[in-house]
Amino acid sequence: MSLMNEKEQRIAAIALMLFGAAAMIPFADDGYYLSLCVNIVMYAVLCTAWTLFSGPTHYISLATAAFFGIGTYSVGLGIDTLPFPLLVAIAAVASGVLAGLVGVATLRLSGVYFVIFTLGLAELVRQVVTWLQVKFLGSVGLYVFTDMTEKHIFWMLLALAAVVYITGWLVNRSRLGFALRIIGNDETVARHVGIDVARAKVILFMISGAFIGITGAILAPRFAYVEPPSAFNPVISFQVVIMALLGGTGRLWAPLLGVIPFTILFDRISASFPNHTSLLIGVAFMAIVYFLPRGVMGLIDDFRARHAKSRHAAAGVPEAAE
Amino acid sequence: MDILVTGTVLGGTYALIALGLTLQYGVARIMNLANGENLVLACFCAFWLYTAASINPILGILIIAPAAFALNWAIYVFAMKPLVDRAKNRGQLEIDSILATFGLMFIMQGVMLLVFGGQYFSYNFLSEPVRILGENYGLNRIVSLGAATLIAIALYVFLYRTRFGTAVRAVSVSPQSASLVAIDVPRMSAFAFALGGGLTAAGGSLLSTYYTFNSSMGVIFTMKALIIVIMGGVGDVRGAVLAALLLGLAETAVASLIDPGLTLAATYTLFILVLLFRPQGIFGRQTA
Amino acid sequence: MERRTLIKTFAASLLASAVLAGPAMAEGTIKIGASAPKTGPLAGGAAVTYWPAVQLWVNDVNERGGIDVGGEKMKVELIEYDDRTSNEEAIKNIQRMATVDKVDFIIPPYGTGINLATAPLIAKYGYPHIAVTAVADGIEGFTERWPNSFWTLGTSEAMASSLVDVLTKMREAGQINEKVAVVNVADAFGIELANTGKPKLKEAGFDIVYETSYPLQQQDFAPIISGAKDAGPDTFIAFSYPGDTFGLTKQATITDLPVKAYYVGVATAFPAFAQANGAAANGVMGVGGVNAASEAYQDFAKREVEVTGVAPDYWASPVQYASLEVLEQAITKAGSLDKAAVIEALGSETFETIMGEWKFEDNIIKKFWTVGQWQDGVFHGIASTGVGGEFEPIVKSGWN
Repeated sequence: MSLMNEKEQRIAAIALMLFGAAAMIPFADDGYYLSLCVNIVMYAVLCTAWTLFSGPTHYISLATAAFFGIGTYSVGLGIDTLPFPLLVAIAAVASGVLAGLVGVATLRLSGVYFVIFTLGLAELVRQVVTWLQVKFLGSVGLYVFTDMTEKHIFWMLLALAAVVYITGWLVNRSRLGFALRIIGNDETVARHVGIDVARAKVILFMISGAFIGITGAILAPRFAYVEPPSAFNPVISFQVVIMALLGGTGRLWAPLLGVIPFTILFDRISASFPNHTSLLIGVAFMAIVYFLPRGVMGLIDDFRARHAKSRHAAAGVPEAAE
Repeated sequence: MDILVTGTVLGGTYALIALGLTLQYGVARIMNLANGENLVLACFCAFWLYTAASINPILGILIIAPAAFALNWAIYVFAMKPLVDRAKNRGQLEIDSILATFGLMFIMQGVMLLVFGGQYFSYNFLSEPVRILGENYGLNRIVSLGAATLIAIALYVFLYRTRFGTAVRAVSVSPQSASLVAIDVPRMSAFAFALGGGLTAAGGSLLSTYYTFNSSMGVIFTMKALIIVIMGGVGDVRGAVLAALLLGLAETAVASLIDPGLTLAATYTLFILVLLFRPQGIFGRQTA
Repeated sequence: MERRTLIKTFAASLLASAVLAGPAMAEGTIKIGASAPKTGPLAGGAAVTYWPAVQLWVNDVNERGGIDVGGEKMKVELIEYDDRTSNEEAIKNIQRMATVDKVDFIIPPYGTGINLATAPLIAKYGYPHIAVTAVADGIEGFTERWPNSFWTLGTSEAMASSLVDVLTKMREAGQINEKVAVVNVADAFGIELANTGKPKLKEAGFDIVYETSYPLQQQDFAPIISGAKDAGPDTFIAFSYPGDTFGLTKQATITDLPVKAYYVGVATAFPAFAQANGAAANGVMGVGGVNAASEAYQDFAKREVEVTGVAPDYWASPVQYASLEVLEQAITKAGSLDKAAVIEALGSETFETIMGEWKFEDNIIKKFWTVGQWQDGVFHGIASTGVGGEFEPIVKSGWN
C-alpha cells in the first residue's frame, strides 16, 4: 500500500474537520436536535455498512434488522455481568458469525433469492431468540439500565462511523476491494481470472454484518428495555436499503446523501402531518424514485459533469446539511 | 391425518396469498411489495360490502376482483411502466420496483388508515363447522380452499392451454424473444400485473371471512407471498401452489408435533433446503 | 416576482411561528403533547384505547372552558405525533415535545416497551409520567428509578393470580373440574402472565393438561385448539394478544371446544370482540374489565362514541381517560403549571375519576380490574383487587 496521495490527504483533512464539527453538536443542543442527529448518525452507519457489501456486489440485503437485533441482544443479555465494551465486541463477533453462516448458505445463489432470504432472516432470528428466551429464561423483556445518555450514544456512533469509513477506504484499496469491483462488473470474468468469488463476498458480508451488530449494541442503552419486536424491527432493514439506494451506492460516502436529507424530510412530514404520515411518505417516495432515478449521487454526478470545476464543493455537501 | 387436512387448508390460504404475486413478479417483473396492502384493501372492501350492502363475500369477488384488476392495470400503466421503460437491465428494474412499490405500500396503507382507521376488523361469515374425518373445520376455510383450487386450475388452463396464456408465459421466459415473435410485451406485462392484482384481491375477500385484519397488516402477507413465490420458482403457478401446500403442511406439522413457537423456523429451513437443492424453484428450469 | 412572493410568504410564516412559539403560552392555553402509534403493529390497539380517550378528554376540557389553574381557566391545545410503533421515533417525539414545542405536559406513549424506552427522557425533563398501557412486573423498581412516574393499569402478577382465584371458586362450586389448558403468546405480557399463572394454578390444585406458547402474529390456531381439545380440560386459558385473541376464539367456536371456562388475553375487552364473535362471545373471560354497569362508564362510552365515533374498550380506555382526569385535577390542585408541583400533587392527593376514587400509593394505583367476562353483550368486570362492583362469573355454555 502506498501512502495517501494529495487528493486523498485533502479529503481526509476535510473529513476530520467535519467529524470534529459533528462531535461538537451535543454542546449546542442536547434535546430534540441531538436525538435527530443520533438517528441520522445511526442510519449513516447502518447505510454505509450496508453499502460496503451491497454496493460492489449488487446484492440487496434485508438482513440489517437481524444483525442489529443480535447486537442489541448481546448487550441486553450481558449488561449486568460484563463490561459494555466487551459486550460490543461480542455483538460484533456474533453478528459477523451469523453473516458468515448466511453468506455461505445463500451467496452462491442469484440475487433474488438472497433478497427474500435475508428479508425472512430477521423474523427467523427473532422467533428463535424469543423461543429460546421463553424456554430458558422465562421472559422476553430485558432491561438495560446504564448511565449513558443521548450524547454518549451520539459520540460512540460518531466514532463508529469514522471506523466504518476508514474500513471502507482500506477495503477499497486492498486486493479484496479490487476483486469485488471485478465481481460487481462481471462475475464470470472474475471467476476466470481466479478470484474466489464466494469467499470474497462472504468476507465482506461478515464485515458489514459486524458493523451493523455494533450499531445495535451501542443503541441498546438508549431504549432501556430490549424486546424482540423492537430489536428485530423489520422496518429498519427497509429504511436502510431505501436511504442507501436514494443516496447512491457507487461511492463510500454516497449513502450519507440519502440519509441526511431523507431523515430530515421524513421527520418534517411526521412532525407536520401526524395523521397522514404514511400517505405523504409514500408520495414523497414515489416522487423521489421518478425524479431522482440514480439517487442523489446521480444528481451530483450530472451536476459535476456540467460544472467540472466545482468538484470539491460537492464533497462538502453532506456534513454541511447538518 | 388431522395434520394433513389442517395443513392442506392452510396451504390453500397461502396459495391465495401468493398466486397473484407470482404473476406480477414472474411476468411483469415487478417485485410488488404492496401485494399485502392490496390484499388487505380487498379484505376491507369485502367487509364493507358485507356489512353495508349485505353482499356475500363470495359474490363480492365478482365486484372486488374486476375493480382490483382495473386498479392494478392503472398502477402498472401510470406508475410502473415508466420504470420498466427506463431500466437498462433487470437488476435496475428490480431496485426501482422495490423502491416504487415500497412507496406504493405506504400510500395504500395511508389511504386505508384515513378511510377505515387503525382498528381491528372482523366479521362472521360461514363460520359454522364442517366435519371432515372426525374433526371440525371452519366452512369458510374449506370454501376458500375450494376457491383456491378452482383459481389455480383456471389459471393453469389459461396459461398452458390457451394462445393468450402461452403468450403471457413467453413474456415470463424472455421478454426480448417474445417481442421477436410479435407478442405485445408491454400489454402482456400490464395484463399480467393487473390479473395478479385481481387474484390477490380475490384471495383477500376470501381471507377476510376468517382472518382478523387492520390497516397495517399487509406486510405479513407480503412476506409469506414472497417466500412462496421464490420457493415455487418465479412465475410458475404449479410451483407456487406446491410451495404453498408444502409450507402449510410443514407449519402445521411443526406446530402440532414439535412446538408452535418454531413454525417460522420451519418455514425458513424448508426455504433454505429448497434453495440449496433446487435454486431455480421447485419446477424451475435449470437455465433460469 | 414569483420568487419574491415566495420569500415574503416564507418570512411571514417564520415570523408567525416565532410569535406563536414564544410568549403565546401566557395567553391561557396549556400545551399537551401526545406521542403514540398511528401506524405499525401497535396501531390497532392504540386506535381503540389511546387516541379516542385523549381526543374525548381534550374535547371535554375545552367544552368546560378549560383547566382551572390558580383561578384562571386555561384551554388545552393538543399536539399529536405518530411514533410508528418505533422506539427511535418515540424518543425523538418526546425530545421534540420537550425542547422544540416546549409542551407543558406529556401524555405518555402506548405500550409497555415504548413507555419504558421513553421513561428516562420524560424523567430528565421533569414531566409527570402517568403510564396507562404499560403492564409489567417490577413496577416498584420503576417508581424508585423514576419518581415522576405513576402506574395505573395494574401488574400482570395480580391479573394472573386473580384469574386463578376466580377459577378456584368456580371449581369449589362444582362448576369446573381441575383440568386446565394454558397457552400463551411468546411476548412480554403473555409470558409474564403465564409465568405467574402456571405456578399459581398448580398451587391451587389445578392440573395443567396442555401447555404451549406460540409466536407473535401467528394466524392459524387449529393445531393449538385441537391439541387442547384432545387433552380434555374444562378450562382453557390463553394469555394472548389482539390478533391471537380473535384467532383462537374463532377456532374454538368452529372446533366447538367443550370447555366450561374460556379465557383469552388482550383485546377480549374490545367492542370488536363481541362484533366478531356474536353469541359465541357470551361467557368468554378476558383480562381487564370495568364496572360496566356504572353510570360513569356508560356516560363515558356514550360520549366517546358521539365525539370520536369510536366505541371504547372495557378495560384500558376508561383508565386512559381517568389518567387524564387525574392530570387535570392535579394541575388544579397544584394551582400552577409547575411540573414538580403537579408531580407532588399527583403523589399525595385523592382524585375523582370515571373509574371511581383514585389515590396513588407509592405512585401506583393498587385497586384495579383484573378479570372480566362477556355477559349478554357487555364485558363486566368479575374480579379486581378491591375496586368493588364485580359481577358473578358465569359458566361458558357452548358456542352458539
